Amino acid sequence: MTMTDYYTLGDPVADTKAPDGPIETRWERRRFGAKLVNPANKRKLTVLVVGTGLAGGSAAATLGELGYQVKSYCYQDSPRRAHSIAAQGGINAAKNYRNDGDSVHRLFYDTVKGGDFRSRESNVHRLAQISTQIIDQCVAQGVPFAREYGGLLDTRSFGGAQVSRTFYARGQTGQQLLLGAYQALERQIAAGTVTMHDRHEMLELIIVDGRARGIVVRDLVTGEISTEFADAVVLASGGYGNVFFLSTNAKGCNVTASWRAHRKGALFANPCYTQIHPTCIPVSGDHQSKLTLMSESLRNDGRVWVPKAKGDDRVPADIPEDERDYYLERIYPAFGNLVPRDIASRAAKNVCDEGRGVGPGGLGVYLDFAAAIGRLGRDAVEAKYGNLFEMYERITGEDPYSTPMRIYPAVHYTMGGLWVDYDLQSTIPGLFVIGEANFSDHGANRLGASALMQGLADGYFVLPNTIGDYLAAGPFPKLDGENAEVAEARKLVEDRIEKLLSINGDRTVDSIHRELGRIMWEYCGMERTDAGLRKAISEIRELKAEFWQRAKVPGDGEGLNQSLERAGRVADFFELAELMCIDALHREESCGGHFRAESQTEEGEAERDDERFSYVAAWEFGGDLPVLHKEELTFDYVHPSQRSYK
Amino acid sequence: MSLKLRIWRQADAADKGSMVTYQLQNVSPDMSFLEMLDVLNERLTLDGEDPVAFDHDCREGICGMCSLVINGIPHGPEKATTTCQLHMRHFSDGQTIDIEPWRAAAFPVVKDLVVDRRAFDKIIQAGGYISAPTGSAPDAHATPVPKADADLAFEAATCIGCGACVAACPNGSGMLFTAAKITHLGLMPQGQPERNTRVIDMINAHDEAGFGGCTNTGECTSVCPKGIPLETISRLNKDYRQALRAAS
Repeated sequence: MTMTDYYTLGDPVADTKAPDGPIETRWERRRFGAKLVNPANKRKLTVLVVGTGLAGGSAAATLGELGYQVKSYCYQDSPRRAHSIAAQGGINAAKNYRNDGDSVHRLFYDTVKGGDFRSRESNVHRLAQISTQIIDQCVAQGVPFAREYGGLLDTRSFGGAQVSRTFYARGQTGQQLLLGAYQALERQIAAGTVTMHDRHEMLELIIVDGRARGIVVRDLVTGEISTEFADAVVLASGGYGNVFFLSTNAKGCNVTASWRAHRKGALFANPCYTQIHPTCIPVSGDHQSKLTLMSESLRNDGRVWVPKAKGDDRVPADIPEDERDYYLERIYPAFGNLVPRDIASRAAKNVCDEGRGVGPGGLGVYLDFAAAIGRLGRDAVEAKYGNLFEMYERITGEDPYSTPMRIYPAVHYTMGGLWVDYDLQSTIPGLFVIGEANFSDHGANRLGASALMQGLADGYFVLPNTIGDYLAAGPFPKLDGENAEVAEARKLVEDRIEKLLSINGDRTVDSIHRELGRIMWEYCGMERTDAGLRKAISEIRELKAEFWQRAKVPGDGEGLNQSLERAGRVADFFELAELMCIDALHREESCGGHFRAESQTEEGEAERDDERFSYVAAWEFGGDLPVLHKEELTFDYVHPSQRSYK
Repeated sequence: MSLKLRIWRQADAADKGSMVTYQLQNVSPDMSFLEMLDVLNERLTLDGEDPVAFDHDCREGICGMCSLVINGIPHGPEKATTTCQLHMRHFSDGQTIDIEPWRAAAFPVVKDLVVDRRAFDKIIQAGGYISAPTGSAPDAHATPVPKADADLAFEAATCIGCGACVAACPNGSGMLFTAAKITHLGLMPQGQPERNTRVIDMINAHDEAGFGGCTNTGECTSVCPKGIPLETISRLNKDYRQALRAAS
């Protein structure tokens, strides 16, 4: 098949909200240019926020503080459980408290470069500017960051940066930041500005007269379907890594909210940009239900190595120094073990492909702390990483103080997401998308400790400022269930649930999802090829048909039915998987987390093709034939160069 | 290994519920406890039976959603370990394992092993925060925090809100959970202005939500997957007395 059998080309798309002129003042000028909503009117405006992670939790709390009527939704039993909680390493901020040469411009530069020149300069610069306010905000909330003996905040360095700008709370930074946002949210719930709907899942977007006006949700406990109306809808529903079945995402993470909006017209940008995290605990067997990350911060003190010889199956302690290959230090002397994630992951894959991997199946490399323990002492290493070491031992039964950890890459984060402009508004008026669910700031690869930064920047500072510009035109006309568009959205949800329950086949949803995950990991994982992606697309289409004929979803729609929840999510993953592969197929270059085997340098590094691919690929839903809209990327401040960490 | 599982089945909040026995073969010691339940549920699904409902999400011991009483102990036999991080290598071939939901007046059963823990959110709503509206913060280094205080606050703040403490307590008390938050915020300089009102409001909310009183049995801390120490309750009591004095 030719390329045109997979997609068609539509009109270009552009971000019209970021002002021109000096990048340093764009955010300030945008805020000044945005319309304001007076306090009395805010009370008359309702905003729905789907998801309660760092982005959604902070946004709902802040919108509540501003005086809007906010309704917040999460599928978990409490907003405190959103998967941001599992982020370990830290949060970047250009505070330059270390006096080590950091600045807003350097964080901006590192992030654009780290994203392999596939992100928007305006957005990234704003993110770097806001980073310092986030730390101030979180400290004021009582987030217990790590501190030095003088009582000031401690920082550490992270992959892709040569300055120490990562603030952290042992290995639980995400937990502490999320609890800060959660507590701010609970304060607003008590104040009556936010109403919380836990154990609710968004299953459809309601669009009336071209504007996002509400959502259809299912109460996961009673099974009741209801329609919720508002003046604007904010999706903060996270990433879609679980399309791979095995990932570091929580089991419930899903693409449904984003995908339903996509089907209703929101463009989906760069779906193929997936981050494979280099330091995860390897798979132990077919029963594996998820993968566990070991924070990237471990690479500050851990040294990555494999045996020099193929098939060397001695225990690590028996392999002498001169028979070990510290391959990251060897290949990338300037950054060593701290190269960005995509590079570290692919390097691990390469040594394993050479037959030098360690552990069961040869799918692992060592992460060794012997040198750090020798240099700093066991206590110092324990103080920094104690909880991570414990977690490792609990899962594997091995003690990382005495034997090196075994690690292998796993799907961790998705840079792609719904397309948004500088205001974080999607192509559907009134639909805003924040956090991992949007695509805007990380380009083709996210740097470590930048997800927490982006989630909180979007939720605390960007969205609450930009959404007013849209809401100033409201309140919009009242709606009820009689409205044809509302009734249609509701029927769509009810029909789909009925369809899923009526298949009554002979395969479990999980078994089909696992198979989808294997296809994606094999052909749309760390290395992608033209032939592989074509094969993947046809296999996904066959498997999707099988899902709708053979899936067995027990029980009914009345009441708690976890199998039904999973089935709906997997059905959407199938459609997303196809689009991811089509996006990966069309992008005949390597960039960041997207490595096309056909596009590499002689040394095996990713080779971008700026002439042809310096754009955001924003896809319009078209079933088997999506429509590609290109947003050209321009770089006025950071000149695109081949990334080098050597 | 093969196991005999006795699992609490309850169709919904109104149902009376009972223990049901299942045999499960070919359990790998490398499986997590929840992966073992996944295998059981796959089989039940194909057999046309209703799979067992249980709460879980991150499966890496941090979200606090998983919640099983295993052989009478919340989160099972391993110290400082959530159910999702418990592995089958800690059980033996032929063993009988009882699996029940959290049982406490404040945590009604929703279905099977799933309970409603929103009472915890109510306690936080009553004062488990520092009022710092977005945008109002001074520079992060404006107020240094002694490292010892920051470290102690962090330890208390690692509470994952799972509710094992309540499930273990003979009184169904949520005092360890409440005290962890009081301790965390009370140790931070930013938490001082609301310190007195916070402790009184949170304890009132705790009692109103149907949790029992604390009688210092210490069962809570022994099952806490994050090892929140019993001293946090002493800190809470001290703060409470101080707040009452200040109020009178």
